[in-house]
Amino acid sequence: MKSLAELEAIRNKTLGSINLRNDREEGTRIVVGMATCGIAAGARPVLSALVDEVAKRDLKDIIVSQTGCIGMCRLEPIIEVYVPGKEKVTYVRMSPEKAVRVISEHIVNNRPVKEFTVSEADK
Amino acid sequence: MKELSLHILDIAKNSTAAGASLVEITVEASHPDNCLTITIRDDGKGMSSEFLARVKDPFTTSRTTRKVGMGIPLFELSAMSSGGGLDITSASGEGTTVTAYFALDHIDRQPLGDVASTLTVLIQGSPAVDFLYRHTVDNAAFELDTRQVRQILQGVAIDGPDVIKWLYDYITEGINNLGGNLI
Repeated sequence: MKSLAELEAIRNKTLGSINLRNDREEGTRIVVGMATCGIAAGARPVLSALVDEVAKRDLKDIIVSQTGCIGMCRLEPIIEVYVPGKEKVTYVRMSPEKAVRVISEHIVNNRPVKEFTVSEADK
Repeated sequence: MKELSLHILDIAKNSTAAGASLVEITVEASHPDNCLTITIRDDGKGMSSEFLARVKDPFTTSRTTRKVGMGIPLFELSAMSSGGGLDITSASGEGTTVTAYFALDHIDRQPLGDVASTLTVLIQGSPAVDFLYRHTVDNAAFELDTRQVRQILQGVAIDGPDVIKWLYDYITEGINNLGGNLI
């Protein structure tokens, strides 16, 4: 049984570690297109996979956020990765499995997954 | 859309885009009435009567990247496929209510699907907005109110990974206890 007491425990644990995560402005952002086109194409499980993987690896300075229609509806689900100081990378036709690879290869090991990028989409 | 919870996500995103501070989502399943009703109500900026009159038209949208808006037409089509329908009421400055009706036992009614995922994605995407979720199956009920969650969290972010995971499990369990996952 899930209880509200567990939520209180999470609060107390988070309060203990809250000062570890301040420079959030400086971090990497992963943005998921969540308009009708993205949702219909499967963006919801992609977003959940990204959030789970960031939590599982305890990546502190990564922000996963949502946006509307990115403008290439036929290539959804689309995610965009913004690493400070680098050019934006756009990944298309994502799946939860591909999203996990983007985290491990691009975010953690700093090697963008070329085969999933928009520039490779129609080759 | 493969499941009704994806329509809920899509329509509720319109509510957050309309500047709502509270979005109420209600799922009511009644076997005696053979009816499933889904309501998404917000206190956002609402629509003018002129926009409301053409909002079910796919060539109406507020987005700027394309000239088509499929969210409401797709939800209405899904409702109509099961012999139901969709109503929208709205007034400028007062918010919007979208209600969809489905025949519970109709072969073409889509399954409700993963509502917990829809709600956590909404909370994660709009952590400043409050969500009130009510789910009833006949006489049994489950409710989640993010205002209560915030009271317990006392300033800890509602969109932190541990909180989101707890919310997902809590909502899933609450809905499963109703048999709501079988709807």
